[in-house]
Amino acid sequence: MSYRRRASPLHAARAAAAVCWCTALALATILAGNPLVLASLGAGVLLAGALAGVWRALRQALLLAAVMALTICVINALVTRQGLTVIWRFGDLPLLGQINVTLEATVYGALLGMRAATLLLLGALYSACVDPDAVLALFGRFSFRSALSASIATRMLPLLARDSRRLADAQRTRPGAAVGRVALLRASTAGVLDRALDVAATLEVRGYALAGARRRSGAGPLSRHDLAFSASAVVVLTCSGLGAVLGWAPFSAYPQLRMAAGLRVAALSLLLVLAALAPFADRRGVSP
Amino acid sequence: MSLISVSGLRYAYPGAAVAALDGVELEIEPGEFVLVAGGSGSGKSTLLRAISGLVPHFHGGTFAGHVRVAGDDTREHGPGQLARHVGTLFQDPESQIVMGTVRAELAFALENRGLPRAEVARTVEETALALALDGLLERPTAELSGGELQRVALGASVVGRPAVVCLDEPTSQLDPVAGDELIALLRRLNEEQDLTVVLAEHRLERCLPAADRVLALGHGRVSFDGEPAQFLRWALREAPELSTPGARLLHGLGLEPQTAVKAARASLRAAGVLAAAGESRAAQDAPAAEARKAGAEGGGGRARRGDLLATFSRPAAGKPSHRAEQPALALEGVWHELRDGPAILRGASLRLLAGERVALMGRNGAGKSTLLRHAAGLMEPTRGRLRAAGRVALMLQNPGDYLVHDSVAAEAPRGALERFGLSELAARHPRELSGGERQRLALAIVLGEGAGGAPPPAVVCLDEPTRGMDRAAKQGLAELLCGLDAAVLVATHDTEFAAAFAGRVALMADGAVIADAPAAELLRGGIYFSTETARILDGLGGVLVAEQALELLRGSEVLL
Repeated sequence: MSYRRRASPLHAARAAAAVCWCTALALATILAGNPLVLASLGAGVLLAGALAGVWRALRQALLLAAVMALTICVINALVTRQGLTVIWRFGDLPLLGQINVTLEATVYGALLGMRAATLLLLGALYSACVDPDAVLALFGRFSFRSALSASIATRMLPLLARDSRRLADAQRTRPGAAVGRVALLRASTAGVLDRALDVAATLEVRGYALAGARRRSGAGPLSRHDLAFSASAVVVLTCSGLGAVLGWAPFSAYPQLRMAAGLRVAALSLLLVLAALAPFADRRGVSP
Repeated sequence: MSLISVSGLRYAYPGAAVAALDGVELEIEPGEFVLVAGGSGSGKSTLLRAISGLVPHFHGGTFAGHVRVAGDDTREHGPGQLARHVGTLFQDPESQIVMGTVRAELAFALENRGLPRAEVARTVEETALALALDGLLERPTAELSGGELQRVALGASVVGRPAVVCLDEPTSQLDPVAGDELIALLRRLNEEQDLTVVLAEHRLERCLPAADRVLALGHGRVSFDGEPAQFLRWALREAPELSTPGARLLHGLGLEPQTAVKAARASLRAAGVLAAAGESRAAQDAPAAEARKAGAEGGGGRARRGDLLATFSRPAAGKPSHRAEQPALALEGVWHELRDGPAILRGASLRLLAGERVALMGRNGAGKSTLLRHAAGLMEPTRGRLRAAGRVALMLQNPGDYLVHDSVAAEAPRGALERFGLSELAARHPRELSGGERQRLALAIVLGEGAGGAPPPAVVCLDEPTRGMDRAAKQGLAELLCGLDAAVLVATHDTEFAAAFAGRVALMADGAVIADAPAAELLRGGIYFSTETARILDGLGGVLVAEQALELLRGSEVLL
């Protein structure tokens, strides 16, 4: 997944506003305890991806997110011994002892999985919509070198993945017995070090050593999209915070499932989704 | 005062027994375009790195003498500080891009200097316009082609308006079109902005016309320093491996060597060896017919010349086997379409008979590497058929990817090492080998002679095997390929190398083979996909290399 400037309000917003919006959605996802609210947030992220024109990137992440959510759900159901409603008895298993799968553990596992999946999708949305160079400039004000290291490490990942594929292809074309894994690991490590040296040399000749002299650049005027996503972040964060503190959407899994599914929960879910997606309604000045 | 002053420079990399630079003395004046020539390991890259301050600050090692750039001694100023005066461009474009978009990449060096935002923005725009990068400014660097990346890297090197730019084989990974564009761009920057250029290259025939001065290095010393025309005279005498095909052609005819194709043609015309422009083009269009006609007339110089033309026009397709018409490799309408992506191969068709040697040429992104990968079974066609008469050995672009053991002996069986002239290096670590030696070792590995009972390959495919190789190493590789019994298919940008080994050339564009003809036919008349000799002779007789041309021209009694 890599960033590419597209004609969307989220791409048009400055990095600071986009980062705040993504962070607000991530915090709302972490705070949301009710499966309905969480499901709404997940759907909101997917819709945001579609409105930002990065549906393809999110679709790829969705598969991974689904596998991850299912894995978390199954593991939680198998290892948690809480809950009163037994839905499956495995009996005594060697090493693991008696395994009873309860409805409560399964639902709570699904909730955990859904939360992890939503966060993963949000990460994918961030990668596809927020300019890493702008983020570097944003965080570079505080620690340029750390931000640059993080930025280069992110950029190097696909490059190193390509190098690894190349090495693997070379070994596939090698006749005779397969090369040992240790030798391959050593060669792969040497390749990574070579790449790192090359990049380090490039940084040197581009004056990275002088980076301490960087000036703090002016931020420029706020665009309508900067304002919209900042406002959206504030609303999302406030609503989810209030919802958590005031218990607008209570949910408890153990010992028995107790979940509110009334008007208040629906209103909170709808409010969060609308607040998150509202900035996408204004498409003026979104072209790169 | 000189812009660059090097005095008594001796330098050895950490742990190296031999000095990479050994007593280099030179001065470079502002505005010069200096071409640094020399074989692999001659010290070209090290000299450039000494000018940019990477030697010794980045690489360490033992350093003696002084290098001064715009008055700054590199002993006291590191590469970061020297970056104000020196822009540096390396060989591999992928390792030189550190930011996510072209605009950020260009701005990076300026921001490091702490320039005001407005000045950064203005300079980035101006540089992008000067280098025709304005259309790429918002593009993610991860999506750029090799040629575009190298142009962006050049932009990032010169954006800070350095006094000098040092380039280490910047065209080695580019196709002939992108390579020529880069050299022309450098010449323009040199002429319009008075930018001093120090360019290390192996493909001298492409760069000499742009250069004001040539430095030849050998064993870490300056063995020649002078004008390009003088350099060619010196190279023909003292270092033939550095001479260009055009120079060898003119010298062989007793003429003064010339650096540019136009001047070489003029020289041949003045000597009466080549006809006026219109006549020679008319002659190139029907060499075979002329040969037939000459043969019918019988005898005389004209007839002899006709025979020669026919000889060179004939497809010299290696040693094709006449064991029926069973091809060693056949691709029939092969497609490779990516899911949610473009079609990389679009109905590519190609047939190779046993013993044939074919060069696969085309621009970066034309589909050459993908075709080779299909041939070797690394990729499956989404449509079309592919048949091979036996094992297909494939050597990918980077020979280092094959070298995973601690010693050369552990990489390939003894017999294979002997055959490829590597037995004396058996105890060495593969990473200590030169580019040419690595290439031969990788070839020994993929051919797999004696490796776990692998059958000898029916087809040998090589992907860009000459990247970064000097002429001697290329010659060695061409001879090695000519000695193989298997059909050989080589993807290459190097027209001189293709002419040296291939009997046939297949030209690819946009995923398809758009031309497939004898090398003498396909490489004789083009601008980019043509050898220097063919360009000088304007395609006369389908002659591609200087030695063939001399044979032709000396043998003809009646010259065009």
